[in-house]
Formats: sequence, C-alpha cells, structure tokens
Amino acid sequence: MKDTYIRRSADTAARRIGDETMVLAVADSTLFSLNETASVLWEAADGTTPLRTIVENQIVAGFAVDSETAYRDALELVAELGRRGILEVADQPLEERPK
Amino acid sequence: MSSSAHTSERIVIEIGGLPLSFRARDDQFLAMLERRYANFLSNRSDSLVEVIVTVAASRSAPNDDPLEVRRRGEEWTIRRGDFCASWNASTGRAHLRQSLNPWSCDTVLRVIHSLLLSDRRGFLLHAASAVVDDRAYIFSGVSGAGKSTILSLAPADVIRLTDEISYIRKIDDRYCGFGTPFTGELNTPGVNAAAPIKGLYFLVQGPVNRIVPLSPASAARRLMRNLLFFAGETAQGAQVLESVGDFVSSVPACELTFRPEPEVWDLFA
Repeated sequence: MKDTYIRRSADTAARRIGDETMVLAVADSTLFSLNETASVLWEAADGTTPLRTIVENQIVAGFAVDSETAYRDALELVAELGRRGILEVADQPLEERPK
Repeated sequence: MSSSAHTSERIVIEIGGLPLSFRARDDQFLAMLERRYANFLSNRSDSLVEVIVTVAASRSAPNDDPLEVRRRGEEWTIRRGDFCASWNASTGRAHLRQSLNPWSCDTVLRVIHSLLLSDRRGFLLHAASAVVDDRAYIFSGVSGAGKSTILSLAPADVIRLTDEISYIRKIDDRYCGFGTPFTGELNTPGVNAAAPIKGLYFLVQGPVNRIVPLSPASAARRLMRNLLFFAGETAQGAQVLESVGDFVSSVPACELTFRPEPEVWDLFA
C-alpha cells in the first residue's frame, strides 16, 4: 500500500492559539483555523513521517477513534489542505526544508 | 513648531511613538501635511524613515486601483494609481512621488507604519478606539459595523483616539492603544494620546447592549479579518501572527452587541 507524506508549505506562518492552530497563507493573507486533531497533523507534517504512522502514533493514541476511520479522515483533511496550498502532499518522502 | 518645520522643508509626523519625516520642496504640500497631521507633528530628530517627496502633476484622487506592496530584499515598493513610493528598510530612506493631495501620503503612512509595527509587537487594526479612565478600549469592525457610530455616542470626557484605524503596540509588556490621524466617517483626527488596552470589542449593532466574551482563538480569527496587513512575505506574516496570538492571549476580547444610543458607554464607565 502506498504511503502518503505531508509537509507544511513554505509560504505559511502558523501559531498555536488555545486549542487551535492558525495558519496564515502569506501570499493572499488567507487564514486557516485548524482544530485539535488537524493541529496534530500540522505539527507532525515533516515530509518524512508516513501519514499512517502519524495517525497511529498521535491521533489514534490520543483521541478516541479507530485506526481506519482516523486514517480516512486524515486523508480527506490533508487533501483539502493540499488543495488550499498550505500543505504539500506526496506519495514519497519530501526533503526536509532548511531551517 | 509648525512654522519651523515648514521653513526647514521637513516635517516630522510621530504616530505610536514612531517618528517619520517628510521632506519636500513644495510649500503647499508641507502646509497640507501640517494641517492634516497637526496633532501629530514632532520635533524628534531620530526619524525611523525619511520620506523624500516629489510633488508632481499626476492623477490626484485614489480610484479603484489596487494598492500594491512588494518587497525585494530590503527594498519595498508601495504603489497605487495615484502614487508610487519606494522604501529601503535598511537605510530608512524612502521616495514618494505623488500629486498635491492628502490621500496618497496618508496611505503611505499607513503602509509604512504597518510594516514597522510587524517586528515591534504591534499592528494596525480597522477599529475605533477611545480612552476611559486611563484605559484604552478598542472597537473593531469592518466598514458599517459601527466604529464611527460608537465613537460619536461617547460622553464628552472620553478621549477619542481614532474612529477608523487603531494603532496597537506592546510597550513594557503591556499592549497600548495610540491615537492616529487616520479618519473615518467622523472626519476628525484622533487625539495624540496613548493608554494601556483594557479590552478588544468586535462590534455588532443590535436591539440590546450585550457583551459576550470570546476565546483567544475566536478573537484571533476575527482580529485577523480586520487587520491591515500588506505584505505577502512569510517572515513578516509569522511576526504578525505571533503579535496577534500574543495580543489575544493577554487582552480580553468580546463581542459587543450595541444599540446606537449613548447608554452603551455605561458598559465602560
């Protein structure tokens, strides 16, 4: 089965505020608000950890949800964030971006 | 002060404690600045930005042309149909070409201040603000939300900082609201004063006066919608978001539903 890899887009700024993560797409000043589980995915989006591993280790372990449901929801969410341009989604690891 | 500034071909306008100077060889332009920014003229000699103005015959009134703010390295370009400006953030030197009108330089002032504030824990916000008992109250909303209305209802002893653009900056670990010359429907410049901010209120007009507290995340979402943020550049976006997050974590934010009558100010007495 193919893995999915996710990485935060370079043209974003993010900050945790309360239970949410605010993500600013800098090019057009659009603001996205990520809920708690989406925030977990965002924080873990390093480009190299498979999405399934992120879901198993951080979503299933931390929230009352079964593995398949959590993974399906995560795939939907990252696809949406990918369409919005704030997350890069690939079927192979993405190079780590210089800090 | 105004006559000396005029004869030296240089005027210093200080807003939010940040002085910017304008230099021009045009008496009419300098006189116009003196009138428009009378409450905000300064004698400071440590201007953060020196704007060299060339007054030229060009289209005078801003129309629907979009405002463009771009950065290349340290050089910023600020452009609209009625003016063109460049600013080197490293040297502090700026050049502005505009006709004899008050709107172009007013826009340049707003843009440069918003950029200066981004790394000074501050921002400009579409909001009216006023001082009651040495505390500033910020009333934010888009056009039509009631910024000018709520200020026009204020008792005489309330200090009106602005009815259009609020200037917010962290000073010594406290966020303060400053007066600005940027005017809305009241067409009256704010008082040049400052005070620590007591609260941020998002305006809604309704049948009764009511205050509903907001979570920091909800406040941040609303605040970002009303922020003056010009630059499409990641580092600056991060600074602005950091300031907003810090602000909503330290200043109470509420939704204020108000009836457009003077009694609304009893809530802040």
